[in-house]
Amino acid sequence: MLLKRKFILKTKEILIERLLFFCSLLSVVTTLGIILVLLFETLDFFKEVPVWQFLTDTQWTPLFVNKHFGILPLLCGTFLTTLIAISVAIPVGLASAVYLSEYASLKIRNIVKPLMEILAAVPTVVYGYFALLFVTPLLRKIIPDLSGFNSLSSGIVMGIMIIPLISSLSEDAMRAVPMGLREGAYAVGSNRLQVALRIVLPAALSGIIAASILAISRAIGETMIVAIAAGQQPRLTLNPLVPIQTITAYIVQISLGDTPHGTLEYRTIFACGMSLFIMTFILNIFSFKLKRRFQEIYE
Amino acid sequence: MDPTFKIHGLSAFYGAKEVLKGININILPNSVTAIIGPSGCGKSTFIRSLNRINDLILNFHTAGKVFYHNQDIYAKDVDVFDLRRRIGMVFQKPNPFPKSIYDNIAYGLRIHDFTTREMIDEIVQKSLKKAALWDEVKDSLKQNALTLSGGQQQRLCIARTLAIEPEVILFDEPCSALDPISTAKIEELIHQLKQNYTIIIVTHNMQQAARVSDYAGFFLLGELIEFDKTEVIFKAPKDKRTEDYITGRFG
Ligand SMILES: Nc1ncnc2c1ncn2[C@@H]1O[C@H](COP(=O)(O)OP(=O)(O)O)[C@@H](O)[C@H]1O
Ligand SMILES: [Mg+2]
Repeated sequence: MLLKRKFILKTKEILIERLLFFCSLLSVVTTLGIILVLLFETLDFFKEVPVWQFLTDTQWTPLFVNKHFGILPLLCGTFLTTLIAISVAIPVGLASAVYLSEYASLKIRNIVKPLMEILAAVPTVVYGYFALLFVTPLLRKIIPDLSGFNSLSSGIVMGIMIIPLISSLSEDAMRAVPMGLREGAYAVGSNRLQVALRIVLPAALSGIIAASILAISRAIGETMIVAIAAGQQPRLTLNPLVPIQTITAYIVQISLGDTPHGTLEYRTIFACGMSLFIMTFILNIFSFKLKRRFQEIYE
Repeated sequence: MDPTFKIHGLSAFYGAKEVLKGININILPNSVTAIIGPSGCGKSTFIRSLNRINDLILNFHTAGKVFYHNQDIYAKDVDVFDLRRRIGMVFQKPNPFPKSIYDNIAYGLRIHDFTTREMIDEIVQKSLKKAALWDEVKDSLKQNALTLSGGQQQRLCIARTLAIEPEVILFDEPCSALDPISTAKIEELIHQLKQNYTIIIVTHNMQQAARVSDYAGFFLLGELIEFDKTEVIFKAPKDKRTEDYITGRFG
């Protein structure tokens, strides 16, 4: 009797373990599947369009009669919006991290942190319309030349969106700096700002850089805001006032349009997706490595 | 001689918990005062109250008065950053900044507006010599301080403190994480430093207290049980509890 119960228990345990294993396997297999599809479609694409042309042609007109497949204009759009986004997000996010970690009382922190998390939980489509219908008209009062669609307001709003990411990860890195270091700095007569900027910030630097890289990768992959507010005109320009198109926004445009499946035009989105994937993948690895290095120092 | 510190009825609290109860001591200049007592009796809290470094701890507050040259350091108008510059501190666990050996010392100078390169170079060298570390690091000033041994790190922290020329140096169990050789070096150093500085050292090592100090105070459960010349405390303590402690009967 007892033996039998033991046997049932054991079988149950094995079954649960198998089930859990299967669930984790599912996500690995899915990821692998996505990468494989991306890879094969991309290879098909490059059978027709030489890699060299893809990387150097300065025009992106796959839907026109006179077709060009140069990713540079899209890359440029992505670069521009990302640059604007991180120029907003890194200074503000870092300042907020310094404030939360070195200045704020427990009470204030307990109010600000959940608010930040709400900011991070707003659907990006809301941010997109916020950029298009609020920020752009506002900026137009100052810059009359600003187009209705532009990289400036998308970039700024994208920056606002990633502030919580940078702030919270940088704050974690700064909190991990041992209290003893701060005490050592205060003991030689430092004030708070000196401790924050000259001791804690440098000591947390690799964690902060990791956070920033993650934020950059987030900005590169961001889709809704730019699809809604930045325009649909692939253009090799660094002018933030005119409509552009990012890699992600192009993918959305084709996915939602009526381009027939299986055609070369359709396959462009896989080549674009692959480019995105490679960029963010490299950035994420970089960020991960930095973070690990940081943890090694203090543990 | 005019005391450096006059401490009147100093009590200290973490939240509602009273961990120092009405301490009265005078600390004389150019002397070494040892603070002894079993762990948890409030030794660290006591010396950390003297440069207000414990202000960093949430919920910490004090009652009573601490006069540093007749200035109440807990008065409202006190510039606490300047106070800490004049009352240096070396901690139990060596805490060099994750910067170069040179920058560890230069940091304190730069924040106090010693700006010329020559001046900083000179003080860095002078401080490292005073801390008996110069010969070991003079060829590697650009090296990260975290690569030094524990004993070297602690001497670097002493050099960092000496560089900004405080008047008082507080040591909170500076040798408890160190090997006997490093400990001997630091004791020797403390002995020399007393010529120019007023020193207060917390230690749980009786021999160390006997070796380095001129005065000693015995703390127990947040109270100062006895304070006297070191030889009196160790040879003829007046309180039974002091005697029990130094003869190792408890603690
Ligand atoms: N940050 C703190 N918060 C609350 N209680 C503390 C804190 N630091 C020390 N204490 C308590 O205060 C008492 C005295 O501690 P401490 O001054 O560190 O003693 P000692 O240095 O003699 O070992 C102990 O009971 C300790 O638990
Ligand atoms: Mg202690």
